[in-house]
Amino acid sequence: MNISAMSVNATQINNTALNLSQSHVAMGLDSLQLMFYFAATLAIVASLKVITGKNTVHSLLYLVVSLLAVAVCFYLMGAPFAAGLEVIVYAGAILVLFVFAIMMFGLGQDETLHAPQSHAFKLSHISLWFGPSLIAVLLLIQLIFAIDNSAVQEKLTSNIIHAKQVGILLYGPYLLAVEIASFLLLAGLIAGYHFAKPEGISVNQPNVNKADFDKQEGSGEPS
Amino acid sequence: MSAIPLSHILILASILFIIGFVGVIARKNTLYILMSLEVMLNAVGVAFIGAGSAWQQADGQVMFILILTLAAAEVAVGLALLIQMQRRFKSLNIDLLSKLKG
Repeated sequence: MNISAMSVNATQINNTALNLSQSHVAMGLDSLQLMFYFAATLAIVASLKVITGKNTVHSLLYLVVSLLAVAVCFYLMGAPFAAGLEVIVYAGAILVLFVFAIMMFGLGQDETLHAPQSHAFKLSHISLWFGPSLIAVLLLIQLIFAIDNSAVQEKLTSNIIHAKQVGILLYGPYLLAVEIASFLLLAGLIAGYHFAKPEGISVNQPNVNKADFDKQEGSGEPS
Repeated sequence: MSAIPLSHILILASILFIIGFVGVIARKNTLYILMSLEVMLNAVGVAFIGAGSAWQQADGQVMFILILTLAAAEVAVGLALLIQMQRRFKSLNIDLLSKLKG
């Protein structure tokens, strides 16, 4: 229900957008559009691999690659600041927090144990890292091509939105939203501290305390 | 005006959103549900950035930054809850949390 309502909405927006932009969009497929479709395909493939994965860490790798592909899409849309934020904050901080929690607390344990071990061991060993690294290398080649190609650069610079505009808007009309976001991060920090705390945090469990500190640090990291 | 038509950007955003939604609905492991939520939030970010670049306004990127902070807070709380769940039930199966069913 939700999705169908949303897609109906999206098609309405599409129609208005098409009317708006029909005179401006070049009809033929240029290299910029082709690169966008390529990165979008990679993002969709990586996202599908995320939700169909058996092993948690491999799914996380595909999630990182999916975010990188979306970052390339952002760059091609003319939002390099958002692309940088996507790589630094999303793929760099939030996903590292995921990996940290999984490795530290054995969250991926049960899925790894239940994963099918039937296929040949060496083959699976190669295919574990091959898929994500292949997609990442393709994205890197595409990004280098985009930076190197003067035609693409010329097309990009005509419709770029700089970080300066974003900053002026963020600390002007959206100042209240920034303050509320800071409250949200503080709430996340406190909730993470509270929930990740072991139940018996008291004097009769001295061994827990060392690990306890690590947990608190881990849960407070993204803010 | 962006060289990429807005309709295609929105199609990409809807496909990513649906992939994430299917992941949230279909998976049993709570960690996968969190990851699918990330995919969904990311899709919303794509829609915002695409709309912002189509109309040449920076508001889309401001909204993307707010989504980013939301995702960070959500992941912190979600992973802390997951750690509690692993500690209490020794499993991440979401069906174990249906004790309030009655």
